[in-house]
Amino acid sequence: MSWRLWVPLLLFAGFLGLAGYQLSRPRNDFVESRMIGEKLPFFELRPATSDRPGIASVQFADGKPRLLNIWASWCLPCIAEAPQLERLQESGAEIVGVAIRDRPEDVARFLERHGNPYTAIGLDDLSEVQLGIGSSGVPETFVIDGQGRIVYQHIGDIRAKDVPILVEKLGKLGK
Amino acid sequence: MRALLASIAVLFASPLLAQQSLPPAPYAYRQLDDPAQEQAAQDLMETLRCLTCQSQSIADSDAPMAGDMRHQVRIRIASGESPDEIRGWLVERYGDYVSYKPEVGAATWPLFAVPVLLLMLAGALLLRRYRRRA
Amino acid sequence: MIAELGLAALWLAAALAALQLLTGALAVRAGADGAEIAALTRPAAVLQGVLAGFAFAMLLWVFAVTDLSVKLVASNSHSMKPLIYKLSGAWGNHEGSMLLWVTVMALAGGLIALVERRLPERTMQATLSAQGFVALGFYAFLLLSSNPFERLPVPAAEGLGLNPLLQDIGLAFHPPTLYFGYVGLSIAFSFAVGALVTRQVTPDFASAMRPWVLGAWVFLTLGITAGSYWAYYELGWGGWWFWDPVENASLMPWLAATALLHSASVLAARDALRAWTIMLGVVAFSMSMVGTFLVRSGILTSVHAFAVDPERGTFILFLLMLYIGGALLLFALRAGTVTEGTRFAVASREGALVFNNVMLSATLAIVLLGTLYPLLTEAFDVRVSVGPPYFNPVGAIFVIPMLLVMAVGPLLRWRQDGFGRISRELALIGALILAGLVLFAVIGGIDLLPLLGLALAGALAVASFLPLKGRKLRRTPIAIWGMVVAHFGIAVALFGMASESAFSQERLAAVRIGEATQVGPWTITLAGVAPVAGPNWTAIEGRIEASYDGGEPRVLRPQARNFWAPPQETTESELATRWNGQLYAVIGNEAGDGRWQLRLWWKPFVTLIWYGGVLVALGGVLALIGRVLGDIRRRGFRRRLADRRAEALA
Repeated sequence: MSWRLWVPLLLFAGFLGLAGYQLSRPRNDFVESRMIGEKLPFFELRPATSDRPGIASVQFADGKPRLLNIWASWCLPCIAEAPQLERLQESGAEIVGVAIRDRPEDVARFLERHGNPYTAIGLDDLSEVQLGIGSSGVPETFVIDGQGRIVYQHIGDIRAKDVPILVEKLGKLGK
Repeated sequence: MRALLASIAVLFASPLLAQQSLPPAPYAYRQLDDPAQEQAAQDLMETLRCLTCQSQSIADSDAPMAGDMRHQVRIRIASGESPDEIRGWLVERYGDYVSYKPEVGAATWPLFAVPVLLLMLAGALLLRRYRRRA
Repeated sequence: MIAELGLAALWLAAALAALQLLTGALAVRAGADGAEIAALTRPAAVLQGVLAGFAFAMLLWVFAVTDLSVKLVASNSHSMKPLIYKLSGAWGNHEGSMLLWVTVMALAGGLIALVERRLPERTMQATLSAQGFVALGFYAFLLLSSNPFERLPVPAAEGLGLNPLLQDIGLAFHPPTLYFGYVGLSIAFSFAVGALVTRQVTPDFASAMRPWVLGAWVFLTLGITAGSYWAYYELGWGGWWFWDPVENASLMPWLAATALLHSASVLAARDALRAWTIMLGVVAFSMSMVGTFLVRSGILTSVHAFAVDPERGTFILFLLMLYIGGALLLFALRAGTVTEGTRFAVASREGALVFNNVMLSATLAIVLLGTLYPLLTEAFDVRVSVGPPYFNPVGAIFVIPMLLVMAVGPLLRWRQDGFGRISRELALIGALILAGLVLFAVIGGIDLLPLLGLALAGALAVASFLPLKGRKLRRTPIAIWGMVVAHFGIAVALFGMASESAFSQERLAAVRIGEATQVGPWTITLAGVAPVAGPNWTAIEGRIEASYDGGEPRVLRPQARNFWAPPQETTESELATRWNGQLYAVIGNEAGDGRWQLRLWWKPFVTLIWYGGVLVALGGVLALIGRVLGDIRRRGFRRRLADRRAEALA
């Protein structure tokens, strides 16, 4: 009997194992950013509302860690996320927003209805900041350290269970 | 086999569902004036993966983010960047996932080793078949 | 009541499949002593086919009358749908499509039980037993986890399936086409297992299997061709093949079936490639199952997402393990005792066929690797994408030599031939390729692969007719015509693909009403824009006047539709077809300043891709007719011979 005849069965067993393993675990459809540990790329965004300033990458190097929240007024999960952002703000986090492909009047209406936890909001009409930091969807939240370095990425809307994680990440960076 | 429309339904059932009234990025649906540059951009766009779609290149997608990526590609090509530099810039941010063109690397070398192996195997098989005759 | 009848028929059919599995296996074991048991197998297979057909008819019935107490009807149909879509709704969902699959499989099994007499009875018993085994798995799947006849505790007031998006004639008939292909391959699989069990891998086995492979191949070819055209006009970006996992899932069985078809020819004619043919029989069916698994389990991301469900995926994977794992184990244990038969001369028909078989298999391996590779890296939490820039060049390494040999192979004789005998034809083919390369290189601006494709397609188109040289056309067997037409179809499709890739022109333009733009030889004027409404959508419809080379303008009306339930936007492209290509027009949103987004493509000879596909399928049909007629004639001859002998004895 030749060993070669067993090769197809072996390959098939490999396929079965792989397919079975992948079926058994939850699918991770997130595209994670490769910019964790890197400095924020240069950007300057004009303000999204009249009562909050816009944002620029240089402001992040002032020694204070922040949350950078990628969101939009047209995004439904962002509504679900709004109370959690408020809680984060109450616990002392500074949150800056990047509104993706948005209009100032829509932003204002959203903030009026769902609260405004942001200290600054910039308009990103061309997803330039989003592409620059490797974010692939809305909403996403990045933890930025006092030197303007990306430390952590949270993909999707922030749920109640995610709040302590984000607080801890910020806390570790020391204020 | 392709309940394609159903899939579009699934696709748009996500956040994109809400109206985005902002017009698309300037170069999302506009070609570069220089045909050679446009061709280079088009060739590149066909090999970049739309990040918010199921499985489409940014050249085949109406998703707003794909439009923004096309804009990036076109203005970068117009400003003289090479397609490989732009691909590299995106891979730096999103990993190999964003490119449909795998490069030889730690995670992808089998994709290139196997064809070589297959060539040798095919050659060996044919030689055996042809040479010895009953 | 109707639904219960269907369910009862399904249970009975399952029981008969079990019986068929059992009696077949016992008969094989008992050998010559098992005649009594063996006598049960064929009737069981026939009756199983009848019952499954009955069950499917009952499903059609409940859909036709929109019986809303049946869960499947309530969730997939609607009383207001046109009858044709009510009926197609019966298989336009997971449960119904599995029932259709198992029905066709049971009918096919019944048919071989009725008519297939040339194989030794013991091999037939093993084949039918294997067929019962495969069918039983599908029955279990249906009855245990996907019962199409399930009742609702309270009948629904109205069905949920009035989505007009899904009322598409392509969507209604495309999936069954592929299933017929898969089922044909399952029959080939059963033959392969049967022959392996009794070690009777003979030319007769190849002849018995061949019509099923041919039939499957025709359906797969049509399914892929139609699917590709559908994606082309539906997706709205002018692409016709994306190397998407779902597309690959339909291509892989086709590649395996193509190889199997040709290796079965070698086995039938020369009694060689025995183990190889068996292997391909197993591989072809496993590719259909792997494809089904990939599509339904949702473990790979695709544009053409099917209703996915990991639990169903688990079941299909389990079936896959039983069938393919079992068959491969049998292969490993038995194939060593099946000798490969004679060795070949390089310059012979079988020499060329073997070469192409190896190249086809290698191509299949590449497609399989590229499709599964992202799955493999994801197991290590690394995400990669494999797309056209990988598949095209790497596939070409194997496809181009194959196309070259495909031009020459049919000119060679079986057993032993010399290239000297066909030196004039070889010179002609070589000259044509060279001329094509020079011609298209002079035009300039064409990438290497499309250039090779254009040159090869031209040479191959001519070469495919060379086997007719010196034959009396009237006397040429139909099967030879089939080969000629199919090979010519490949050349035609190849030319379309290469031309589309080399000569397509794209124009994205934002134009005001009354303004004109150019794409290739076309002048496009946006004559007007008007709102239109459908049953559950509103749309912006552009009126585009398209004039080819200054000629009489044609009017195209592409739409940008807004559906409200479920809310989504789609673009409806419009095509202007000429003999030398297609204009593809899409209208997008208003740019804001009174200008409208137009996406226009001029794609020279793109239609040849699908005409080629249809020709390939037509060639398959001709070959099938030729083979079946030949079988019938031979059987009549054998019967007369037997009668004469009986008379002589009497």
